[in-house]
Amino acid sequence: MNKIFETPIYEYARSSDQDAVAPVRHSVVVVGAGPVGLAAAIDLAQQDIPVVVLDDNDKVSFGSRAICFAKRPLEILDRLGCAQPMVDKGVVWDTGKVFRDTRQIYGFELLPESEHHRPAFINLQQYYFEEFLVRRIRELQAAGKPVDLRGGNHLAAVGQHDTYVSLEIDTPEGPYNLEAEWLIACDGAKSATRTMLGLDFEGRVFEDNFLIADTIMEADFPTERWFWFDPPFNRGQSALLHKQPDNVWRIDFQLGWNIDREEELKPENVRRRLRAMLGEETKFELEWTSIYTFQCCRMEKFRYGRVLFAGDAAHQVSPFGARGANSGLQDTDNLVWKLKLVLDGKAPDALLDSYSDERVLGADENLLNSTRSTDFITPKSEASRNFRDAVLDLAEAYDFARPLVNTGRLSLPCIYDGSSLNGPDCAGLPPNLRPGAPAVDAPLADGWLLERLGNRFQLLAIGAPAPSDLEDGGITVETLKVDAAANQTLARRYLGDEKAAIYLLRPDQHVVARWREFDRDAVIAALKTATARV
Amino acid sequence: MSPLNTYPNIDRPDDFYAELLALHEGRSKAESELINSRLILLLANHIGNRQVLSAAMRAALDPGAKEVADTKA
Repeated sequence: MNKIFETPIYEYARSSDQDAVAPVRHSVVVVGAGPVGLAAAIDLAQQDIPVVVLDDNDKVSFGSRAICFAKRPLEILDRLGCAQPMVDKGVVWDTGKVFRDTRQIYGFELLPESEHHRPAFINLQQYYFEEFLVRRIRELQAAGKPVDLRGGNHLAAVGQHDTYVSLEIDTPEGPYNLEAEWLIACDGAKSATRTMLGLDFEGRVFEDNFLIADTIMEADFPTERWFWFDPPFNRGQSALLHKQPDNVWRIDFQLGWNIDREEELKPENVRRRLRAMLGEETKFELEWTSIYTFQCCRMEKFRYGRVLFAGDAAHQVSPFGARGANSGLQDTDNLVWKLKLVLDGKAPDALLDSYSDERVLGADENLLNSTRSTDFITPKSEASRNFRDAVLDLAEAYDFARPLVNTGRLSLPCIYDGSSLNGPDCAGLPPNLRPGAPAVDAPLADGWLLERLGNRFQLLAIGAPAPSDLEDGGITVETLKVDAAANQTLARRYLGDEKAAIYLLRPDQHVVARWREFDRDAVIAALKTATARV
Repeated sequence: MSPLNTYPNIDRPDDFYAELLALHEGRSKAESELINSRLILLLANHIGNRQVLSAAMRAALDPGAKEVADTKA
């Protein structure tokens, strides 16, 4: 059995901060060493921003928890220098099947478009995911980057001030105080930071329980996501089967609302359910079991003064559609470059309000999608159940009903339509790459487009002349020139039917603005807009 | 051959489905049934074509009825 999640990997060690006479002030403190906090720390350290990460624990995630990582987060992790080992270890999948009772009603494929570096999804246990992030932090530390991961550090109190945040931290050796210019709270759905600051977390609780049984078995199920409505082994409810690395299978059973949790979690009862599903002859071991309920909610804003909330601390969604950890990674992707410009004095702190605006938009999209999936999987009214059952009745025979079957929608990155950071669009270019959209990958002669983008402002000049770089207010824009004729996939994705285009891209690879030809004044104006210097 | 289109034909299907469910939110069973009946009549009138309506009725009664299922749009 895998015990990695029971081994300390960032044990408490005394910091010199604990012996300082006055509280030491750090540029950025991150609370929570989960997927989102660790990703934030890596991003900051890569940009040479000193960061301290606090966590009361010292181990990776207990149990597999988040297991699906989507294409856009993998692209972000490429920028953070740790996607490859995750993809190597992870299970790549692209096929889903939906069953009702004992019959398959249909199957579907994700990301039919080829010529992208990263797959639609990988499955990887959260404990491995976090382990790879911690390894990346160790690598950065070895390279002299300013990142400090402190286990056994429990945030006991937090105070907002005009120019800093004060922190009181408990450790096994007693308390100490710290100050942070900026605090990023990545301390999960039950965020203590949020509670201590008295901030609301509004939303809707779903009255249902799901049993997770991570099962180790040699099974010849294909590498596909299987979802059942009303299977013989879980009548009137749903079930899910999904493969993880090391022959671990995620099996989810919907249980309903009125259950006896302790009774359901007894190993003999979990085993009884699994035997009914897998057959008496299948040999299996249980790695981890848990019962979860969930709610769909978010904070009103993700920035309160000098405290920035990211991941589940800011927004919580149902697990259908893999929008939890995936959206948290998009939060810090959006945040860190803005924080760097503010810390460097190159942009006003109003730029950080756009973090809240843009990621609230992303969270609302995720909440909408995951709430709809939940309503389909667990209809809460008779009318809703009737339509759901009617869709399932029709889906096997008629194609039209299949797009209405909702067992979780593919998590696609949010396009920041209407963001105050967006510059002008150019008619005739592909709409999916409009201002606010993340850059779409495409092959280059010697690698991938997205490997060449990010961490600074860039002009992507396709078939149009542009200077190799330009500068405004200490912010540099580098040009990546691409020959349209020699890169036809890229040209098709970025130009559509046009012959040339200039894209201005943010450090998080999102499009600021685009034009048919280079115009220095227009680019500088868009750069000012994208950095809130207007 | 049935003229009933049974291939995806609704733009943004999730939005449509959510709007359909919202119609029934907080309604009694009797109210819901009446809303559905009115909706069917409105849509039927819009379609107009009797052959299409008959094929849809057969499909609703027996999903997978061969004469309907075999038809490509």
